[in-house]
Formats: sequence, structure tokens, C-alpha cells
Amino acid sequence: MIGRVPAFRAVVLVKPLPSVLGFLFSAWLACSAIAAGAARLTIAKAILTEDDTPKRALVAGLAGEGDEDVPALLAAWRSDQLFIHAAADGAKVPVQLIGPKDAAEAQEALRVDTGEPLRDASGKPLRLVAADLTAVEHDAALRRAMKSVLDVAEIAARDPAKRRQAIQAIGFAQNADKLPALEARLAIEREPKVRLALREALAVIRLKDSSDDAKLAALRELRELEALSSYDLIQAALKNAGAAGQKEIAAACRATLAAIDRHRSSVDFFGTLFRSASLGSILLIVALGLAITFGLMGVINMAHGEMIAVGAYTTYLTQSVFGGGVTIPCFGLSLAIPGMHLGGWVYQAYFLAAIPASFLAAALVGIGLERGIIRFLYRRPLESLLATWGVSLLLQQTFRLTFGANNVQVSSPAYLSGNWTVNDIILGWNRVFVIGFALLIVFGVWLVLTRTPLGLLIRAVMQNRTMAACMGVRTERVNMLTFGLGSGLAGLAGAFLSQIGNVGPSLGQSYIVDAFMTVVVGGVGNLMGTVISAFGIGGLDQVLQQYLPTWAPGLAGFPLIGSFLQNLAQDSSVFGKILVLALIVLFLQWRPAGLFVTRSRSLD
Amino acid sequence: MTTLAPPHLSPTRRRIEFIVVAIFAFLALVVFPLLNSAGVISHFTLNLWGKYLCYALLAISVDLLWGYTGLLSLGQALFFALGGYMHGMYLMRMIGDLGQHRKPIPDFLVFLGWTELPDFWKPFSNFPFALTMAFLLPGLIAYVFGFLAFRSRIKGVYFSILTQALTYGTSLMFFRNNLLMGGNNGFTDFKFLLGYDLLAPATQRGLFMATAATLLAVYVGCRWLSGTKFGLVQRAIRDGENRVLFSGYSTPQYKLFIFVVAAAIAAAGGVLYVPQVGIINPSEMTPDKSLEAVVWCAVGGRGTLVGPILGAISINALKSYATRAFPDLWLLILGGLFIVMVLFLPGGLVSIPARAKAMWLKIRPARPRLELPTTTPTASAAAER
Repeated sequence: MIGRVPAFRAVVLVKPLPSVLGFLFSAWLACSAIAAGAARLTIAKAILTEDDTPKRALVAGLAGEGDEDVPALLAAWRSDQLFIHAAADGAKVPVQLIGPKDAAEAQEALRVDTGEPLRDASGKPLRLVAADLTAVEHDAALRRAMKSVLDVAEIAARDPAKRRQAIQAIGFAQNADKLPALEARLAIEREPKVRLALREALAVIRLKDSSDDAKLAALRELRELEALSSYDLIQAALKNAGAAGQKEIAAACRATLAAIDRHRSSVDFFGTLFRSASLGSILLIVALGLAITFGLMGVINMAHGEMIAVGAYTTYLTQSVFGGGVTIPCFGLSLAIPGMHLGGWVYQAYFLAAIPASFLAAALVGIGLERGIIRFLYRRPLESLLATWGVSLLLQQTFRLTFGANNVQVSSPAYLSGNWTVNDIILGWNRVFVIGFALLIVFGVWLVLTRTPLGLLIRAVMQNRTMAACMGVRTERVNMLTFGLGSGLAGLAGAFLSQIGNVGPSLGQSYIVDAFMTVVVGGVGNLMGTVISAFGIGGLDQVLQQYLPTWAPGLAGFPLIGSFLQNLAQDSSVFGKILVLALIVLFLQWRPAGLFVTRSRSLD
Repeated sequence: MTTLAPPHLSPTRRRIEFIVVAIFAFLALVVFPLLNSAGVISHFTLNLWGKYLCYALLAISVDLLWGYTGLLSLGQALFFALGGYMHGMYLMRMIGDLGQHRKPIPDFLVFLGWTELPDFWKPFSNFPFALTMAFLLPGLIAYVFGFLAFRSRIKGVYFSILTQALTYGTSLMFFRNNLLMGGNNGFTDFKFLLGYDLLAPATQRGLFMATAATLLAVYVGCRWLSGTKFGLVQRAIRDGENRVLFSGYSTPQYKLFIFVVAAAIAAAGGVLYVPQVGIINPSEMTPDKSLEAVVWCAVGGRGTLVGPILGAISINALKSYATRAFPDLWLLILGGLFIVMVLFLPGGLVSIPARAKAMWLKIRPARPRLELPTTTPTASAAAER
């Protein structure tokens, strides 16, 4: 009973971790939770102790205790919310009165020793009136003891992330009074990240130390730690040192700042690299379906973006069905879709169900499109472009009428939210996942195309339709399946984009131009080309976004339009995108058919 | 290829087209403005028709490339909007200090914290300069882009996709405030054009007449061009570019020329559009607008000169009606219309008479033909005997 409450809380805390790990972790915490209950017992014991000295000793002994109840209970004690309740049998029970007072001035009473409501003999929770009870007293010496406990309570919090936050906050405040507490914690702290935070906080506080040696030591420490967040404080220290004429310290400050700058630029570099890979894999996922419909089949499917949206909306519907259901304004009919009201990890697993569902949904729409329209237009590529654009308009408006014109909310499952920080480089879980999945899909598509009978037929039909037909291949059916495959891949892309961006009726429109560019640069009819061009374009875009602002001053020297260009370069995300487009046009000068050319002697 | 109008019009059709165009030109240039000043046609209607005629110019520019040269450009809306923007810059300067902020520079610049005019805005106070730029800038972009694209033999859908990307990229740029071209909101609140009050009915009437005259001139020019040897090569490129190339014609240069001309025509549409509609913003230059212009052209009938005009006017009239009557369904109608046109009526509205005639010819001689099988076998049988 004692262990259950904190253990449950622990599960909530470790939510970002995969659920299996979370389970193990919570089991481990449940074992250590007995100690947590001990803190409550200690406080209850301290309250009931008559003598001041052992009472103070009991309270002071709470220092460094990681229990989250300790600060709350001590605060309640100090603010006179703790009372002693004398039960019918004469036993004294310390209680905390909380919640609103009712008409009889009575409040809910929680036992200090267990945290459970106080019950009478029949097991009914009691409501007590403060005026009827003896308040737990506290004198100045006891309050001092409590304060010293409270000071370190935060940095002793059980959750390492909270501990780290508290330590960083203390560091930024540069309060020298907190030094002993931090040092004491450093001696017992085992979590490496928290240790780093402690060292940084200690060094930052010592920057304000009066002795030069301590300052220099602190600067050396910060230099070694490459503490990005202390940059401003070190700059302030440099200013002070400059004003006071302390040359040695000023030099050390500068050296530390330089070291941090170097670290920052390397963090920026790797961050850019990661974002490049992430954008590249998004482009890859988006363009892969197009590489099949456009690259292999030669069909310009302007509705490819809407296939992506079909996938994203399917994910949304799957999520709603796993959750509480949803009512969609389907053509003004207000269609209610019932939900299964699942909770916990079963609900979190909705995304795993959404992946095949969105593939199938988009593939079906794609097959319908191929059968209904595209098969009449195989010999008229420009006209298939126009007809599919009509389809794209139709689908967009259908989304608007079915799901409403606003974006719908797709929540990320726990295992796809949160970050993973490596050496100050922040990697979003969803992005890491997208990179992995993009590579997986490419591999899967490659397997399908090269290792399955369907893949053989697809390649045969795409290479020479007439000859394949002569050999008895049902080309019509292969066309249908190929288009279904391409559209299904777009649906998969939609499922992933729903984790990264907004899901709305015009979701597809924002990706379609990029997707076409990727396929054109990669060269039609070659998956490898698409992979390379996706990562190339993604990388170029991110590099330009990151470094354009730093190059902007150089643009001012440009004749006539220098200031104009400089102004534009500030807007690096858009200007970068335009530069990428310009570079693509120039690239096509050099390789008009893209990176990989399918050689052929045919001439249209 | 699909059923397009024959390259040379028969003398009868030529005569019919001449009469129809002459009648409409007379209506637009003389009758409409007169009726408007007499109060029979409302200013709103006249203004709306002025807008349709500007769109007709855009549609012709699409047709000149797509219908006559086989180049599906999705960048025409860009040239249209650029022409509009250049003219808009002049109109913004003419607001003077009558803007909301009562400053001598345009309101949005005040809003962005500018106290004086950026350098590149200064010459736009001069109307001839602005007008020159309205044609020069789109023409230059078309020239550079076309030079690069045609030189590396980018054609077919690749050309479409690249022009779409060009339009998309530029529209992204115009959406930003940093470009100092009004950002999202673009230019609006125009007051004067060459000293005339833009809101005065007479000015609007003049603009309508100018649009009609421009359209007529463009029509006559294109009709003349299509009759020359250049027009012949143009259509030959559409039908078989490699053969033209191998016959010794430098097709990139032909395409480049027509691309720049089409850009200028689209820009002319934009120049006339802005003072009549009173606003220009980046949503006018999105790839969707280009595609919409392609729809007008396809619906009217590509490969003809009357077709795009007819298409632009009819679709836009339908749009004006449908967006008010069924706002939710308009995009469904447009999308559906497009699919139906491509699948069932590739020649557009103008091909309906020819199709009807063909159908009629199929039905009418059916009776005499039905008798044939009964006579021939007996005749051959008799011969055998």
C-alpha cells in the first residue's frame, strides 16, 4: 500500500521512455519507495516528539532525502496546516487539513505518516475543524532546521531532470549561500548529467567569489565543461574584470568564452547535420511514392500531395478510434465515429495500427484514381498532370468538407515525443524515428522491386510495356498495382508527417513541389537517385538556413542590390529555399536528366 | 496528339471568326462603355468584365505556349503578378501622403519601421519607368529561365514542374515582409493613376476600354504570328520537336522567343488587372493560379485564339456566380470540370461545333449506308454466278 502511490507517480515521470523500459524502471522505483514512506513516518515522529533537541535532529535528518513529500509537509508545518488529532482511544495522530472548508468549517484530513485520509472506526473519511485541534508548533530554531532541509530538498528531488533544473536555477542566481549544499550534493550524486550541472553551477557561483584564485579555477572548470548556458554570466564577469583592471581574469574569461564559442559552433554543425538528415528523410519519404508513380510509370500525379493527406487523416481517424471517438462535420452531416476509449500503452500503440491503415487507405484511393482517370491518359502526360490537378482540388475540398477547414490534432504517442540530448545536441525522438523509418521504407521498396514477382513484373512493364504484354503480363493490372504502391507510400509519408507538422486540408500542397524537385534531381526510374537527391536537397537547405545569416554581411558589397540581398538573407528559411531552387535549375544544366540517367536509344 | 484545331483555318471559319471577333470588339470598345455611361450597365459589372478580360490575356499567354508550342508553363501567373506588382509600386507611390499613416512612404513600410523610401523603390514614382519594369522584369526572368531550361532541353512535364517551382519559390519570397513588397497583404488602397482618380467611374471605364483594346491587339498580333512561318515552326515544335530540330531549326531559340512574348502578354494582363481590381498580393502568383489559367485555356479550347478568351470569361463568370451561390462546392465544380474536360472534351468548348458536325455527319448518311450491305453481296454473288 505504501509503495503504490509513489510507484505510480514514477511511471508518469518516465513517460517519454519506451513502455517496456518504463515498466522495469517503475518496478525498481517501487522497491526504493519504502524509503520514501520513511520520510513521512519521520516527520510524524518528529511532530509527536516532545523534546526540542531530538525533534530538531529528526527534522535535520531529512536533509538530502529525495522524497517529494518532504518540502510540501515542512511547508505545511511552517504555515500551520498540521494538527494533532486525538483519536477516541487516546492515540495521537498528526494530520494535515487540506481542501476547501464546508459550512461547518470542516476540512479534509490527511494522515501525515501515510498520506492517506484519516478514517473513523467504520472506515469513513473524517472531516475535521481546525479550531478543535491542537496545532503543531514550531519555534525559530526548528524553522531554521526546516529551511536548511528545504534548501537542499529541490536539488535532492528523485527525478534527475528536476534535480538538474533546480541546480541550474541555483547556478544562474549565483547565490554563494547555496555553495555548501551543492558541494554536499556533488559528493553523493551519481547521475552523470546532474554531476555536470552541479559542477557548472558551482563554477558559476564561484565566478562571483572575491578571491582571484577561486575565479580562475572556476573559469578553468567552465572552460573544461564548455558550458553553453553560462556564456552570458562569463561575459558579465569579463566586463567586471575589465572594469576592475584584473588582466589575468579577463584573459581567462576570454579563453573560456572562446572555448565555449568553439563548442557552440561544433554543436551547431552537428545540429545542422542532424536537421539535414531529418529534412532529407522527410523529403525521401514524401518523394518515394512519387519516384514510383512519376519515375517508373511516368505519370504526373499532382494529387500525390493529397495522397499524403489521406494517410495523415487516416492516422487521425485511427487515433480517434483508439481514443474517445470523434465527430466530423462530414458534408454537414456531423458524422459521429465511436471510439474504443483505450488508455495507456494500448492507446499509445495506435500509431502502429495507423501505419498499415494509412498505407491501405491511400493505396485504395490511388487505385481508384488509376482505374477512373489515369489509365486513359498514359500517352498524354501533360493532360494527366491537368486531370490529376483537378483530382487534387476535389480531394482538398473533400477534406475540407469532411474534416473541417482547420487543422486537426494528432497527438504524438509517448515514444515519439521528447528529446534525446547528446553533448548539447538536441535530437527530437520523432525526427530520429523518421530518419530510421525512411531508411526502412527505402529498403522495403527496394526489396519489393528487386526480390518479388510483383517487382519483376513492375520493372518489366515499365521498361517495355508492349513486349511485356506480348509475354503475357497483364499490364493493366500491373499498372494498377504499381500506382497503388506509389500512392500507399504517400499514405505512409502522411502518417509520419502527422507526427511532425500540422494535418490540414492543404497538407499535401506544402510538400508537392519539393517532392517533384527531389525526383527530378534524382533522375527518374532510379531509387538510389531519389535517396541521394533527398538528402542532398535536405542538407543544402539546412546548411543555407543555418549559415546564410552569417554570410549576410558579405552580401552588402554586391553592386546595386547589396542592401536588398542582405535584407533578404536575414529571412534565411525562405531565401535558402529559393537558393536551393535556383541551384536545382543550374544543376539540371549540368545533368538535364538528373543524377542517374536511364540510358536508352529511344527518341520520342 | 489530341484533336486540336487544324493549323490553317478554312476560309469560312476564318471569316466567321473575323466577324465574331469584330462584333465583340465593337461591343467591348464602344457599346459597353456607352451603356455604362448611360447607366444601363452598372460600374460593378463593367469592373467585373474588365477583370475577366485581364484574365483572358493571361489565358492567351498560356495558350500561346501550351496550345501552340506544346510547352505547359505553370509560371504564367508569376509573370502576370510581377507585371501587376511593378504597376502596383507606381500606384503605391501615387498614394503620396494620403495613406493611413499620413507619411510620404507606403503604409506597410511605415509599419516595418522605415522612415524613408528604400533605394529600389525610388524610380517607381515615374510611370514610364514602372511600366517599362512591368514588362522588363517578367521578360528578363522568362529570358534567363527559358535560356537555361531550353538550352539543356528540359521539356514536357519537366518544364512544367520547374516553372511551377519557380512560381512557388517566388511566391514564398513575396509572402515575406523582408522583400519590402508588402508581404502577405501586398499592395492596396490605390488612389490615383496618372493623376486620375482611380475610384471615378470614368477612370474605370477608360481602363476597361484599354484592357479591351490590349486584348484585341494581342489577339490580332497572335493571329498574325500564327500565320507566319514562325507560327508554322512553333506548331511543328509542338507536334514533333526532334524532327524540327533535325531539320535544322534551332528550336531553343524559337521556344525562348515565344516564352518571353508570352511572359510579356501575361504581364500586360497584370498591369491592367491591378488598377481595376485595386489589390495585388502574393496569392496571385501561386502555382494554383497558373493551373487555373491552364483550366480556362483547356475549357475554352487550346490551340485556338478564341478558345482561351472564351474559357477565361466563362469560367470566371461561373466562378463569380458559384462562389456566391455555393461557396463550398466551387472547388469541387472546378476540379470536376477539369477532369471531365481532359477526359471527354480535350478540344474545349470551341471544338463543340466541329464535334457536333462530325456527329451529325455520322448520323445522317447512316441510312444510305445501311442499304449498301444488302446490295453488294447480291451484286458479288451475281458476279460469281
